[in-house]
Amino acid sequence: MELSFTADEQAFRAEVREFFRTSLPEPIRKKLESGHHTTKEELVAWQRILNKKGWAVPHWPVEWGGTGWDPVRQYIFREELMMAPAPEPLAFNVSMCGPVIIAFGNEEQKKRFLPRMANLDDWWCQGFSEPGAGSDLASLKTTAKRDGDTYVVNGQKTWTTLAQHADWIFCLVRTNSGAKQQEGISFLLIDMKTPGITVRPIITIEGGHEVNEVFFDDVRVPAENLVGQENRGWDYAKFLLGNERVGIARVGASKERIRRIKQLASVQRDGDARIIDNPRFREKLAAVEVELKALEMTQMRVVANIKNLEKGKPDPASSILKIKGSEIQQATTELLLEVVGPDAIAYQPEQGEAGWNEPAVGPDWATTAAPNYFNYRKVSIYGGSNEIQKNIIAKAILGF
Amino acid sequence: MDFDLTDEQRLLKDSVDRLVADRYDFEARNAIRKQPEGFSRELWAQYAELGILGLPFAEEDGGFGGGAVETMIVMEALGRALALEPYVATVILAGGVLRRAGSAAQRQELVPQIAGGERLLALAHGERQARYNLADVATTAQKDGDGWVLHGTKSTVLHGDAADTLIVSARVSGGQQDADGVTLFLVPADAAGLSRRGYPTQDAQRAADITLANVRVGADAVIGAPGQGIEVVRRVVDETIAALCAEAVGAMEATLHLTVDYLKTRTQFGRPIGNFQTLQHQSVDIFVALEQARSMTMYATMMARSDDAAERARAVAAAKVQIGRSGRLAGQKAIQLHGGVGMTQEYKVGHYFKRLTIIDLMFGDADHHLAILAQLGGLIATEKAA
Repeated sequence: MELSFTADEQAFRAEVREFFRTSLPEPIRKKLESGHHTTKEELVAWQRILNKKGWAVPHWPVEWGGTGWDPVRQYIFREELMMAPAPEPLAFNVSMCGPVIIAFGNEEQKKRFLPRMANLDDWWCQGFSEPGAGSDLASLKTTAKRDGDTYVVNGQKTWTTLAQHADWIFCLVRTNSGAKQQEGISFLLIDMKTPGITVRPIITIEGGHEVNEVFFDDVRVPAENLVGQENRGWDYAKFLLGNERVGIARVGASKERIRRIKQLASVQRDGDARIIDNPRFREKLAAVEVELKALEMTQMRVVANIKNLEKGKPDPASSILKIKGSEIQQATTELLLEVVGPDAIAYQPEQGEAGWNEPAVGPDWATTAAPNYFNYRKVSIYGGSNEIQKNIIAKAILGF
Repeated sequence: MDFDLTDEQRLLKDSVDRLVADRYDFEARNAIRKQPEGFSRELWAQYAELGILGLPFAEEDGGFGGGAVETMIVMEALGRALALEPYVATVILAGGVLRRAGSAAQRQELVPQIAGGERLLALAHGERQARYNLADVATTAQKDGDGWVLHGTKSTVLHGDAADTLIVSARVSGGQQDADGVTLFLVPADAAGLSRRGYPTQDAQRAADITLANVRVGADAVIGAPGQGIEVVRRVVDETIAALCAEAVGAMEATLHLTVDYLKTRTQFGRPIGNFQTLQHQSVDIFVALEQARSMTMYATMMARSDDAAERARAVAAAKVQIGRSGRLAGQKAIQLHGGVGMTQEYKVGHYFKRLTIIDLMFGDADHHLAILAQLGGLIATEKAA
């Protein structure tokens, strides 16, 4: 047991940090630091910088552009990325659909899709949830009926993140309604330009447009876009969701937000004292830092355990990462809002948008605190709600 | 970074786990705690045979040269067993002082006796008024010819009643709460003027209040640099906190297993109550608290021997916060999930709850350490390192 980073690992961290310091465009860094959204163009530009360096898809097999880093180095890379703070490569491409195609797709699909995913030439979105299939995902109703060498897709997906930017959507569709729910689902890749697809925005409580409804009306999809075997899509979806949970702790992002909280709390005053000098506030913050340090170690334990797992099987302990990671992200957005205080009251969604030049009401850094706090209630709901994670632990680890 | 045990560590873990599994079922523990000393001399001899009493000491002193990870392995096993022997008192606390500050002569005399299980030690440092302030020492030591005369009262000295030798802290200069001016002394438990009042603790361990009325010791009784005893005690207490964290993890793990087993077997409304989702989710809460505590124990284990005092202080404080909070959640929920049977002395889970509670109260509870951590600015630096 060696509980600290080796000299090699520390040198690697320094190398990664230096790359982010010199290669991340400053406007992007500033936007993330102040809690603003980056544009599609900025994300594409950044992922291409990473891809040029060979770092867009570190965890993929080397033949498809991976780096061959061990899990510890992958972890260090992600943490440094989030602490830079730099945008993560588009998760739908690199952490969700890419690994599924690598594990279950055919050679033709790999050649066709993977390089474009890594370079963000194609923007992917995820078609899993439906109005009637949230936590009970296997009850999904969108159908794909075989008609010669095409599937005809009908139905509705929802909570489709950034579908407004997407070129492609990977969907779970029902290909056999007679079978047991989980056994009639397939994993289908659909070009968003196909006739019959309609995207309708869902505006979330803070006023942002992240998620959408996607409607399919007799959408004809070539059968070659089926991943793996027909009716085995549920297995691929479970594989995908397990991968998603490992990245979902977002330790680096929470560290970065805590750093930001401390900076602002050292400036913001409440009466005669700085917020940071208020013992009650400081102890609340310290308590979150303790949880975060524990989570960081838990994350590293999960990462180090990957080598001991059957290939492709997610570690049920990764459910801890989802539960604690989301709780901590929510706690930090809440503390940030507390620091900003009354300056957070003005609603100014245009701030940080391209082409908007009006000065903010109050300090510029105050405008995102409340929207982000509101928006982050999502993190304990998406990716399998925390209650679903508890079901997973109860069943897979505690044996109930 | 690697969380896998080495072959030697695996061997150590297997042998300690086996010993406590064979010898520490609940009935055996009940019998042991009713013995006059409150622990088993026979098991102590077996610990010696296994090599765990000499584990953290240097090989040239007669120990086995084990590191913090080895101590963590042993403490987890002892925590799972709710072991009653004075391991923390003799090996971790007093042994830690000896290891860090003892002269070569002192180490070479005492370490083989500790390792062999022939001599019990205790650290007589805490005083009633000090609460968690390690620098608050009112007991005095006055120069008397070549030697010293000790005067004062020490409270809640872990296993102080069974110890053959005490390590006593006493003030030689400065104000009562000054970090400077405290010296550590080796004092035979049967020294003239030393009296002990032993008592059981809430968690079935033992402790003693010790009164020193003009106890005379020689110049060779001094351990470490005169006046610099608090620094030694601080370092040893940091290591002890890491060890107690590991013990708590062992206790929490056992608590979780007991609880889950109970929920699977207890039948009400015609089915095992573990079928109810609300009870499953509360068990998961214990599991998550345990794993977070395990992670922090590893962090504390890694940091507790660091020579960077500020970094060490932050890490140890953070770990004690986590252990206190996790232990409280695990203990309280385990009792609740067991229902009435969890309230009975005949059932094991309440004994884990009590041990976890007392561990929180030792060397600063969760709130105390949270305040320290907050005062130190937390764990995450405001400015990014270059």
